[in-house]
Amino acid sequence: MPNAFNPSVSAALPGPAWLVDLRREVVEGIGDVAPPSTDEEVWRYSRIGDLDLDRFQPLATQTPLVEPFMDPAATDANAATAVLRNGWLEEFSISEEAAALGVTVGRIGDLGDGADYFASVLTTPVDLFGHLNRAFGPEPLAVMVPDGVRLDAPIVVLVHTDADSAALFPRLFVRCGVDTDVTVVEHHTSSSDVVSVVAPVLEAQVEADARLRHALVQDLGTGLWNLVHQAFRVDQNATVETFVAGLGGCYARTRTDCRLVGRGAEARLTAAYYGEQDQVHDFRTFQEHAAPDTTSELLFKGALDGTSRSVYSGLIRVDPEAVRTRAYQTNRNIKLSADAWAHSVPNLEIETDDVVCSHASTVSPVDEDQLFYLESRGVPTTIAERLLVEGFFDEVISRAPTEAVGLLLRAALVERLDRRLRNFRPEAAA
Amino acid sequence: MSSDRVLCIEGLCARVGDTHILAGIDLEVRPGEVHAIMGPNGSGKSTLSHVLMGRPGYEVTAGTVTLDGTDLLALAPWERAQAGLFLALQHPTEVPGVSLESMLVEAAVAGGRDPDGIRAALVVEAERIGFDEKFLDRPVNVDLSGGEKKRNEALQMSVIRPSYAVLDEIDSGLDVDALAAVARRVQDATDETGLGVIVITHFSRLLEVLEPDRVHVLSHGRIHTSGGPELAEQLEAEGYTGILGEAVDVPEVAVELGPGPDPFADPLG
Repeated sequence: MPNAFNPSVSAALPGPAWLVDLRREVVEGIGDVAPPSTDEEVWRYSRIGDLDLDRFQPLATQTPLVEPFMDPAATDANAATAVLRNGWLEEFSISEEAAALGVTVGRIGDLGDGADYFASVLTTPVDLFGHLNRAFGPEPLAVMVPDGVRLDAPIVVLVHTDADSAALFPRLFVRCGVDTDVTVVEHHTSSSDVVSVVAPVLEAQVEADARLRHALVQDLGTGLWNLVHQAFRVDQNATVETFVAGLGGCYARTRTDCRLVGRGAEARLTAAYYGEQDQVHDFRTFQEHAAPDTTSELLFKGALDGTSRSVYSGLIRVDPEAVRTRAYQTNRNIKLSADAWAHSVPNLEIETDDVVCSHASTVSPVDEDQLFYLESRGVPTTIAERLLVEGFFDEVISRAPTEAVGLLLRAALVERLDRRLRNFRPEAAA
Repeated sequence: MSSDRVLCIEGLCARVGDTHILAGIDLEVRPGEVHAIMGPNGSGKSTLSHVLMGRPGYEVTAGTVTLDGTDLLALAPWERAQAGLFLALQHPTEVPGVSLESMLVEAAVAGGRDPDGIRAALVVEAERIGFDEKFLDRPVNVDLSGGEKKRNEALQMSVIRPSYAVLDEIDSGLDVDALAAVARRVQDATDETGLGVIVITHFSRLLEVLEPDRVHVLSHGRIHTSGGPELAEQLEAEGYTGILGEAVDVPEVAVELGPGPDPFADPLG
């Protein structure tokens, strides 16, 4: 374990006895856990070798709030809202309607049966950051939706970072009970000037006949190292739709484990990412089919400018008993600059015959014929490229779980494409 | 001075990869004129249209092209369009995610024109050309039939109002009604806005509805024969062999984009 990760910091964190005990056990065993290395397939092409964890401190206590970071009015329409700042629950609210239906939002440590849920989807940490999250996560949040509850409005979780030189471990558990319909939107933001490591964990339990739409809008400052691990367990005839908007961070990694454990479970996984300057976007996905008649469909699309890079590495795994699986995986990348690079590595691991699987990946510049067509109508090259890139993302934007997330993503892309345009034509900056 | 208004092509030679396709084209098109370019496959008709608009992959090796005095070959494709040249493509490209309106608005803004009237102009011109208004909100050319794509090309030409238009086989894939609508719109533009037209076609059918001032027969990258509308009738009656004689027996050269087989390569290597 890095020197900065002192066991006394973990021991000082709040929570009930089961959580304190669990942290202590993790800390005791963590010395044996090797830091990730690019020798491992799941970290290949990543920037992990550049990360010096000793430069970042886990927090024993919350830091003082220096500047406000959210417009409270934006929460009015939500079923519930929670703010995790540096991993601590800063504030939360719940609509009268959602509260009346038994929906709860709060610290998992405050739940009578919190210990039953914590680490129940992600039973074993997959890497050092998973261990560190358990040992140094101060106030894991739980969103609990009881059986049969259908929420029209989203539950919004703001995961904000404003501590500098810190190693931060926010954590969220989402339970969607039997036959529920739930939308959860996570916004990950930061003060623009901080340089910290944020390694959030999401566990989502999607019970039989339930539907969860989940979005992660990652709009961190460019000084941040972001290592997200999200795990979804999807039961019989339940559906999960995941959506990641990868915008910020210096190194932004999102690992998604989607495990279809019940017959007829379905998953639709979507991501959009845009790289500028020397950003690295890194996506690792696992579509695990562990039951018959399950379906997963993945579409990840990204555009890369400057010297930015992306990694997409995805595995479709079909267990022997998962007959009649349908699994699809598509990753498309547009290179906007000769110095940008995209690695795309789709993989299949299939242990039964009765399946329909496909994977496709492309890395290419903007389509030459489309570009010429727009130019031949009088559209300048850079503006034509911008139109094409916006159009390229339409397909994924249309899969956003809420209209607001779609609009936010579109605005963020337009902002980046405008910035790109200004670099080409300084006079347009006015 | 009206005498300055001319699309002037002189000694134009071009190649794709190692294949020389245009071998000295001379052509002058004045406002309001319709010039038909006909010729067998591989004679260089489509190459001429691509070279005029500056498509990547087509290299001009000699000659000049000026549009109302402006050196067209010195300009990027979008600047050629802004200078007043329009190319209706033989195979209009599908552009997913980009709407017709946003494309034309960006073109207008880049040219310093007011984009506010674009939508209204699209509606008026769509009606005029028989382009279903419901297609206006689709991404450019996506899921349109071959005929609708050609109507869409004519529609854009009408909204953009160029000085000169090159129509590359705009008649292929069109039914009789659509052909008549497109031809009428082009003819009207020659009268209303003084549009100068180069119409590239295989078939004299189009020229029955869009009457050419001049007909040129292209062969091996050169204009072999020029004449009035009667030349198209002669072509209809005699075929290219009748006009070109033995010239048509010479092997065709590749016109596909990208390096094709070199017809002059030593077969024994």
